[in-house]
Amino acid sequence: MDAVAQWRNQWFDYTQYLRREGFLDDQFAQLKKLQDENSPDFVVEVVSLFFQDSEKLFNNMARALEQNVVNFKQVDAYVHQFKGSSAWIGAFRLKNVCINFRNFCEAQNLEGCLRCLQQLQQESTALKNKLENLFRLEQQIVAAGGSIPMME
Amino acid sequence: MYLNCRVSSGFNGRLPFNLDLNKAMETLHGTSCTRRWRGKVLFLGLLGFVTIIWGFLSFNDGSLGMREKAPDMGGEKACILQQHFNVSKSQLLAFASLFSESDQIASLECTKEPGPGMMFGNVISCYLKVLCSDEEAENEEAKDQCLVQDENIRRKCDVSLLEDTSQTCTVQSTVSANRICEKEECAKENSQMLCTLVIRCWWAFVGMIMCYKLSGFSKKLWRNKKQKLVQKVKEQPLPRRKQPEKQQQQPPKPPKVAGTWRKNLLLVFIIFGFITSLWLWWHLCARDHLWREETLANMCDERARMLQDQFNVSLNHVHALAILVSTFHHGKQPTAIDQKTFGEYTERTAFERPLTSGVAYALKVTHAEREQFEKEHGWIIKKMETEDQTLVQDFITESLAPAPVQDEYAPVIFSQETVSHIVSIDMMSGKEDRENILRARATGKGVLTSPFKLLKSNHLGVVLTFAVYNADLPPDATPEQRIQATVGYLGASYDVPSLVEKLLHQLASKQTIVVNVYDTTNASAPINMYGTDVVDTGLLEISNLDFGDPQRKHEMHCRFKHKPPFPLTAASASIGVLVITFLVSHIFHAAISRIAKVEADYREMMELKVRAEAADVAKSQFLATVSHEIRTPMNGVLGMLQMLMDTDLGPNQQDYAETAHASGRELISLINEVLDQAKIESGRLELETVPFDLRSVLDNVLSLNSGKSNEKGIELAAYVSNMVPEVVIGDPGRFRQIITNLVGNSIKFTHDKGHIFVSVHLVDEVRAPPDLMDEVLRQGLNLVGDVSNKTYNTLSGFPVVNRWKSWEGFKSIRSTTPEESDMIKLLVTVEDTGVGIPLDAQSRIFTPFMQADSSTSRTYGGTGIGLSISKRLVDLMSGEIGFVSEPGTGSTFSFTGSFGKGEISSLETKWHQYEPAVSEFQGLRALIIDNKTIRTEVTKYHMQRLGISVDTVSCPESACVYLSSAGNTSLSTELAMVVIDKDVWDKEAGIILHHSIKEHRKNNVESLINLPKILLLATSITPVERNVVTSLGLVDKVLTKPLRLSVLIACFQEALGSRKKRLLNANKPTLGKLLRERRILVVDDNVVNRRVAEGALKKYGAIVTCVESGKAALLKLKPPHNFDACFMDLQMPEMDGFEATRLIRGMESEVNEKIAAGEASVEIFGNVENWHTPILAMTADVIQASNEECMKCGMDDYVSKPFEEEQLYSAVARFFESV
Repeated sequence: MDAVAQWRNQWFDYTQYLRREGFLDDQFAQLKKLQDENSPDFVVEVVSLFFQDSEKLFNNMARALEQNVVNFKQVDAYVHQFKGSSAWIGAFRLKNVCINFRNFCEAQNLEGCLRCLQQLQQESTALKNKLENLFRLEQQIVAAGGSIPMME
Repeated sequence: MYLNCRVSSGFNGRLPFNLDLNKAMETLHGTSCTRRWRGKVLFLGLLGFVTIIWGFLSFNDGSLGMREKAPDMGGEKACILQQHFNVSKSQLLAFASLFSESDQIASLECTKEPGPGMMFGNVISCYLKVLCSDEEAENEEAKDQCLVQDENIRRKCDVSLLEDTSQTCTVQSTVSANRICEKEECAKENSQMLCTLVIRCWWAFVGMIMCYKLSGFSKKLWRNKKQKLVQKVKEQPLPRRKQPEKQQQQPPKPPKVAGTWRKNLLLVFIIFGFITSLWLWWHLCARDHLWREETLANMCDERARMLQDQFNVSLNHVHALAILVSTFHHGKQPTAIDQKTFGEYTERTAFERPLTSGVAYALKVTHAEREQFEKEHGWIIKKMETEDQTLVQDFITESLAPAPVQDEYAPVIFSQETVSHIVSIDMMSGKEDRENILRARATGKGVLTSPFKLLKSNHLGVVLTFAVYNADLPPDATPEQRIQATVGYLGASYDVPSLVEKLLHQLASKQTIVVNVYDTTNASAPINMYGTDVVDTGLLEISNLDFGDPQRKHEMHCRFKHKPPFPLTAASASIGVLVITFLVSHIFHAAISRIAKVEADYREMMELKVRAEAADVAKSQFLATVSHEIRTPMNGVLGMLQMLMDTDLGPNQQDYAETAHASGRELISLINEVLDQAKIESGRLELETVPFDLRSVLDNVLSLNSGKSNEKGIELAAYVSNMVPEVVIGDPGRFRQIITNLVGNSIKFTHDKGHIFVSVHLVDEVRAPPDLMDEVLRQGLNLVGDVSNKTYNTLSGFPVVNRWKSWEGFKSIRSTTPEESDMIKLLVTVEDTGVGIPLDAQSRIFTPFMQADSSTSRTYGGTGIGLSISKRLVDLMSGEIGFVSEPGTGSTFSFTGSFGKGEISSLETKWHQYEPAVSEFQGLRALIIDNKTIRTEVTKYHMQRLGISVDTVSCPESACVYLSSAGNTSLSTELAMVVIDKDVWDKEAGIILHHSIKEHRKNNVESLINLPKILLLATSITPVERNVVTSLGLVDKVLTKPLRLSVLIACFQEALGSRKKRLLNANKPTLGKLLRERRILVVDDNVVNRRVAEGALKKYGAIVTCVESGKAALLKLKPPHNFDACFMDLQMPEMDGFEATRLIRGMESEVNEKIAAGEASVEIFGNVENWHTPILAMTADVIQASNEECMKCGMDDYVSKPFEEEQLYSAVARFFESV
């Protein structure tokens, strides 16, 4: 019981930290709420989907930006899509970067776009790590027979 | 008069300055000065009036003094006296002493009356000098000593050298003295008349002042009336507001009329003054003229009479001489008189005939006797040279020719030495003399010749002839008898010029008057006997002279030597009156123009006031309208902002949007406040009278403010006394507004410590004796006693102000009149431990837009309108609002309000929502562990609302004791929960409590399952703390304050088990119920989105199918299909949501048409006649994809992405609720 409580506390702290740092927002909590007995791995599934999708999108964006004549509209569409999915999983920081990215696209600022892409990739990797940590913690709790507390 | 002029001129000299000063002040002080100014004018007028009265008094004194002073001139006159009367030295001395006495008196008088008297004396004395100088010296003297007149006259008689004339002198002087006295009287009368005149003027002046005051008074009356009118108008409600303008339009007439009336009066006054001065001038001149005339007449008469008298006297003497001659010459034989005797005698008695140059006696000689006569005397009778009378200077008797032969001769036989040359001349030979002689012997009286140049002396003269009779004739003798009896003729020649000259010399003021004596026997050609032809000086006085000869007529013509002097007195008097008139009218003109100006200003002010009031009303209306109009678009802005915030925004954007939203909300609340203020000001706010649950209103307020209070860590609590009925009738909205406002203020001004406590009591409770009060009310009473303890007996333990003071001034509390049975008065108190209100700002705290000080708005924001509105609302509730505040301690606001008592049944709304909950908890028992009485009371109050019976203990230890004892005594009802305040809770206490509860239940096995729940009451708790508390399992649930019914219910339900939860939620349709078993197609190209949407919808029980493009969706939604709804992303590659929707709608309508046309059977299309799949747009950007655009392409609604339960519900409910 002590271990579970400790983990729970750890998990609690970690989620607080993630939210404080802006990695995640309320939407992630909402997402967690959607997870129930019927779909126990819902969040993990969505998140992995998201990262798969983002890989693809990053590649698309990178390719689009490498063109001699950059089709900013195309890039913007990609970014928009990525922004949408980021919003869905509550990746707050990614979403913000996307907003900047789109501004640069609108301004047809190639440099800014490239920088944003880089930033997106970094952020996405960071988020991936954080979420993996979180999921590992949850698995531990679940394995120990505890329940994952609700996010406030 | 002079003084008057001077005084008034002196005043007026200063007056304009005063006026100017006043003017200056006026401009500063405006109308307020008017009254003072008016007072000043009145004062000045009064002062002037008094001064002038005083001037008059002194004028009279002066005229008296003048009379005293007149003797002063006596000194000067003395020399004249000496000259004319040869007054002996001693007499002169006597005079002198007499005069010096009176001089002293005069000087005494003078010293007694400095200034004005002197001046008057001088003025009058010079005035009199004119008067006096006309008089002879003796008269002067007589006048000088009017009082001792008789004596004087006697003395004067002594003085007189001419004894025989003294009598006449006496008479004359008496007459003249009397006359002088009269004259003086006249002068006095004159001055009196002046006085009366001026007094009349002043009466007019006073009258004018009275008129003016009266008009002012009437105006004041009028103004008062108007003020009342205005007040009345003010009291009138809005619809009648227009009336004052009309009413105020009409008044300006009267003052205008009054103004012209005053101006006319002023003009009349000026004209009157002018006329008066002219009249005065004329009157005084006429008086002067008359006086001169009279003086001249008097003097002329006097002279004429004197001349006549003296002439008569010498006539008598001549007569006597005639008798002498008759007696001694004819009566004696031989004659006793010869030429020598006669000459001597006549020479020696010449003093008796000062006017005659000589006398001669001519004998009547007939022609028969001529020769004998000539022989006797030795000379022949000579003829008088009549034709050569001009050359009399070398008159030689010898050269004269002998008289021609005539019947009769009258040769001069005796003559005075002075005229000895006429001896032997036949008087009958001169034509004049002959006639004279003939007339004289016929009448027996003295007869005068017409004037002619006298022999030798070359002066004009007359010859007086008396007949000498040889017998005494009876008085009625006939002329024949007289002629018969005539023996000779005595003639005396009078030298008229020297006669008159002598006479005039005796009289003073010879210098001022010119005398002419004429013989007017021949009226057409008067002969000038005396005096030169002088220029006409205007006045001429003619006096008849009777020299005893009825045949001859003589006249004396008197004239003033000089033209009349300029009438200085009259001029000064009239000019004085004129000046006074002008000065007074100047004052009045100034006053009138000032009044007119002030009136004009006043009218202007009134107009401005009316306009200002109108503007005020217009402002209120404008504010009301504009605020209302602003609210509508503002709501749009706010809604859109809300939506904007729900979309994907960057942190900056989010921040901007949030700021904008917050500002917008602030603006809306401000606008609402302004609207309220304006509504109240324009009197359009009316309170509702509906039944409402007071407690739930309080809960509402608390929950509204809970966020802010939790943020600040302030404890927020509400308490309603048991005496307050469940339902009251009034305006819940406004009641709430007041409380919200007060609580909001309290929160605003209370920082991170203490509490805000709202309590509601009946006013009657406050009036009740302390032992009948509830615990909360008693707090105020016990406050002072508990100060010794470090913690205060308040909600949070912080000191508060004495709340009793806040309602001390309320009339409703002090009054003991019983209230109406169906009305109750509530006393609401909001107590905080904030910064308090600075003492100097406490007086204006209810003024609109007024905060404690200007820095407050910078520090705390807000408009400062809230309290003003609250006060007005409280006024509308016929209540009172008051406060007590101590800087540093806190403030307590209290207000009362009248409400109706309501029946519970009259309330149907929210009440029922909680009713099942209340019934659910009915009969439960709870233990409250709290060390603060008030807080316990508050908790108890809330618990009791749910029907939970409550026991209280002050600390966990005593709770354990309580629990164990309760276990032993096996209470009838089970203890359902233990509510413990966070202040008394810590980990150890929690553990003790936990164990104690478990221990307590060990005795009772069956209730082990249903352990009492431990609830922690916290003012503010961080998520971490909460986590710690709950994860330890020591506490079942954490209750965040403020306590309110809904929170309590929710919490208790959760704590006591979910079985009862459904009861509450059963009524409310949820999203899950709506979406259960619905087939929903989600169209999104993004796999993550798809998955999340799917998950979210599945969560609500929907059967979700996902497609990744518009085309796929098209295929899926091709009728017939069994989807109930479609959620479609708008931005998709290839075919976006808009187009997909358009195509879907196209397909649907095609099918519908087919069905309608019967081309296709309904069965083929799943028995649906009219295909219309609800398509909802999923969009992150509400603004971008505006509603209209969605609607245009056939979408039914939109939901924001990611899903928000509320919005999703409201969007979906439209389609599924009805199904």
